[in-house]
Order: sequence, then C-alpha cells, then structure tokens
Amino acid sequence: MNITLRAWRQAGPSDEGGFETYQVSDVSSDMSFLEMLDVLNERLTLEGLEPIAFDSDCREGICGACGVMINGRAHGPQAATATCQLHMRSFEDGDTITVEPWRAAAFAVIRDLVVDRSAFDRIIEAGGFITVATGSAPEANLTPVPKETAETAFDAAACIGCGACVAACPNSAAQLFTAAKASHLSLLPQGGAERYVRTERMVDTMERFFGSCTNHGECEAACPKQISIDFIAMMNRDYVKAKVKNRGNA
Amino acid sequence: MEFYRSAVGKKWVMGVTGIALLGFVLAHMIGNLKVYLGEGQLDSYAHFLRELLYPLLPKTVTLWLMRTGLVIAFLLHIHAAASLTLLNRRANTAYRGPRDLAVASYASRTMRWSGVIVAVFLLWHLADLTWGVTPMAPEGWTAGAVEANLAASLSRGGVAVLYIVANLLLGIHIYHGAWSLFQSLGLAHPSYNRWRRWFAQAFSAVIVIGNVSIPIAVWTGWVG
Ligand code: HEM
Ligand code: SF4
Ligand code: FES
Repeated sequence: MNITLRAWRQAGPSDEGGFETYQVSDVSSDMSFLEMLDVLNERLTLEGLEPIAFDSDCREGICGACGVMINGRAHGPQAATATCQLHMRSFEDGDTITVEPWRAAAFAVIRDLVVDRSAFDRIIEAGGFITVATGSAPEANLTPVPKETAETAFDAAACIGCGACVAACPNSAAQLFTAAKASHLSLLPQGGAERYVRTERMVDTMERFFGSCTNHGECEAACPKQISIDFIAMMNRDYVKAKVKNRGNA
Repeated sequence: MEFYRSAVGKKWVMGVTGIALLGFVLAHMIGNLKVYLGEGQLDSYAHFLRELLYPLLPKTVTLWLMRTGLVIAFLLHIHAAASLTLLNRRANTAYRGPRDLAVASYASRTMRWSGVIVAVFLLWHLADLTWGVTPMAPEGWTAGAVEANLAASLSRGGVAVLYIVANLLLGIHIYHGAWSLFQSLGLAHPSYNRWRRWFAQAFSAVIVIGNVSIPIAVWTGWVG
C-alpha cells in the first residue's frame, strides 16, 4: 500500500507546530499503525531528518501509552482498538491519513504526537488506591466477592489510562477515566471502605484539570476497552452521596 | 453550596431543574390542548389556574408559588449551563485536523443553542400572550380573553412559524435532556437504560406534536 501521511510536527511545548506531509510507500496491510510510523521514521533518520516522536510501550493494547488522533477519531477508525493494535488493512491504498496528538488544555504537547498525561496521575494520587497495611496478606477466601460484582469491577479495571476518552470528548472531560478508576476499587469490599472519600477527592481533582460531561457519549465510543458510561452515572451518584456522608475528612 | 461549586454538582442541579421544567412543559402542553375542547374551555382553564387551592390559599397565590419555582429553576438551569460552558471552553483545545464525531447527536451538540433560543422565545411568548406587550401581542389583545388572544396571535403567519420552529427546538433540547438527566443524577443501569431512550423519544414527541398542532389548527381554521 502507498499512504500519504499528514503528521503533526512540533519541536517542543512552546513551538507553534504544524502538519507535514510524507509519502509512505510499500506499506504492508499487516503492519500496525505504529509499525508504519516506525518504517517512516527509519527513512527519516537515514535522510538525516528528525523522526516523528510518538509514545508506545507494550504494543498489545494493555499499557495505554500509544493513543493518537487518526482522521479525527481517537485511536483511529476501528472500535475497541488501541492505536498499536490498529492495522493498516483498516485503510485503503492511496489514502491520506491525518495524525494529530490528543488535544486538551490539560494534555500539553511535549513533542510531535506525544502529550503530557500527568493530570491523570494527579487524579490517581487523589484516591485511585486503597489504604491497607502491608505485611502478611490476609486469607483471600475470608472476603467473599459475588461473581457479578467481580465482573463489573473488572470491566472498569480494564481501563489502561490511555486518555482517548478525554481526547474524543468535545468538552475535554475525564469522566470516563475517573469513573473507571474509582469504581473498579469502590465496587469491591477492600476498596468499598473508602468509596465516598475516594470519589469526592478524585472528582474534585479531575475538575481542576478537565471539562464537564454533557453526556455526548463520545468517550465510550472511543474507549479501546469499551468502558461503559454507566460507570460515570455511578460516580455522579457516589459524588452526591459523598457530599452528604463525608464529614470534612475528604 | 460547596456541592454546587463542583461541576458534577452543577450537572445534578441541571438535571433536577430540568425535571421541574419538563414537568412544567408537559402540564403547559396538556393545558394548551384545552383549545380543542371548544369555546371558552381555555379561558376557564386559565381562570382555574388562578383559583388553584382556593379557598385554602388566597386566589393566584398557588399560581405565583409555581411561577416563583419555575423562575428559580430557570435561573439555576441557565446559570449552571453558562458556567459549565465556560469551564469546558477553558478545558478544551481545538483539533487542527479533521474531527469525526462517532456518536454525539445533533441534539447533544446543540444544547446551548437550542436552550438559548428557547429562552428568548419564552420571553417573546410571555410578552405576546401573558403580558400583552405590542408588537409581540396581537392587535386587540385583552386580558383574560386567552383563547381570542391566542387565535389572533397565531393567525399572523410569521408568528405561527416562530411558534413551530421554537417548539421543534424545544423538542430537540428535551430529546437529549430527558435522556441525559438520568446520567447526571446517577440513574443509569443496564436493566433500564433502553427505557431511558424511549422515554426521551416519547416525551419530546408528545410535547412537540401537542404544541405544534395548535398553530397548525389555527392556520387551517380548525380553532379560533
Ligand atoms: C432557558 C434556556 C435554556 C438553556 C440555556 C439550556 C441549556 C442547557 C444546557 C447547556 C444543558 C446541558 C446539556 C447537557 O449536559 O446535556 C441543558 C440540559 C438540560 N435541559 Fe436545558 N436549557 C434551557 C432550557 C430548558 C428547558 C425549557 C427545559 C425543559 C423542558 C430544559 C431541560 C433540560 C434537561 C432535562 C436537561 C438535561 C439535564 C442533565 O443532563 O442533567 N432546558 N440545558
Ligand atoms: S476509560 Fe477507556 S479511553 Fe479512557 S483512559 Fe481508560 S481505557 Fe482509555
Ligand atoms: S502501546 Fe501499549 S496500549 Fe498501545
């Protein structure tokens, strides 16, 4: 396949940036999108040019490093697929493909397609953990978890923190990420103890960086892990309850 | 107050005030349909509203209580909408390349516009049929002659079109709103999520058909 790639190039956070057009020839349809970028980058390096900076790590859809905006869709055209698992067969020979970094005020562009997602770390630090004494592990079977609860918690725990939900949201809201990270803990007995304190802290931190949800549903459509917006409703309800239950300890 | 300072809290308030406004819009539409029951029915309904809960409360007190509640709901709804819109403007950075929205509906993308236009229409509508302020109100507007005023107002072609367009926009607004409010209030569950969509579709369809039928009925000479 031959592809025309319009890629966002930006030397650093304070650089203006702009699109550059590249011809990428002899692309195999079995290559992943990132492998196509690798091929282009090798050529750019040989030509003495700067390769296009992008993030990736696992390349199997589990680390969340690789997200970019492809033809106006977060992680590209295929549903439930991270950029590293998107294959070039999703495109036609001769296509022009536009790649851009995630855009949100809280996601500053570091270079080319790489953005700073550390606002997510601030949300996790606020409550995305359980407070337990370390040491000898308690007997696991002492804490029964109904299968259905475990399944729901696991659906939320599938979040890889990629940021596609924010990138796809016209409001740059981080509700889906925050809801997934709060509920996968809050649904289980170990995390349930701190449910309301966690929700209040995580939501308040989220709102320092991100926009407000208007229920477009774009996040759910973009999420490579198909996390449901039902978790957002659960978080909203817990936040209201938290305001009644928490007594100034949040 | 601290709750309202948060965006999730503001959305909750929008949901609750949205329910109050939906209740009003439904009751108002049902009241409007009285025009089809024949001469004098609408006028006596208007009269009934002024005597609601009388003699428990003095005349028009109940009406004013409801009006006060609605005004408060409206102001909160608009204040929350405006402040969240500003928050979202600050949080968002535009894409430079194409944007291909996957599922956001026309209704959800235009909430601000449909809301603002409905609000402006509402003022126009009050000046027309409640306060009798020209040029919004028709010539010969008379306090208490509800049905005659209505027929006179809507027999002006441009005004009939305005009422129809405004009610379509209202329908679009509540089509998203009546689904979205469950999400904002935290009421989503796989067991009834499908039902939320139906509810929003049915609710907005009933409101639009009921209200839009009236200018059409006046225009075809069926009423008035
Ligand atoms: C006065 C002008 C109005 C403005 C500026 C306005 C604006 C908005 C905005 C921006 C939203 C948020 C969109 C979203 O998050 O989905 C919204 C939601 C909503 N609006 Fe309005 N609106 C107005 C009037 C009305 C009226 C008359 C009704 C009632 C029939 C109504 C019912 C709703 C409902 C039910 C929601 C959903 C609330 C939620 O998601 O929690 N609005 N409105
Ligand atoms: S919720 Fe989905 S889209 Fe958002 S960060 Fe997690 S995996 Fe990515
Ligand atoms: S590189 Fe790890 S999810 Fe794509």
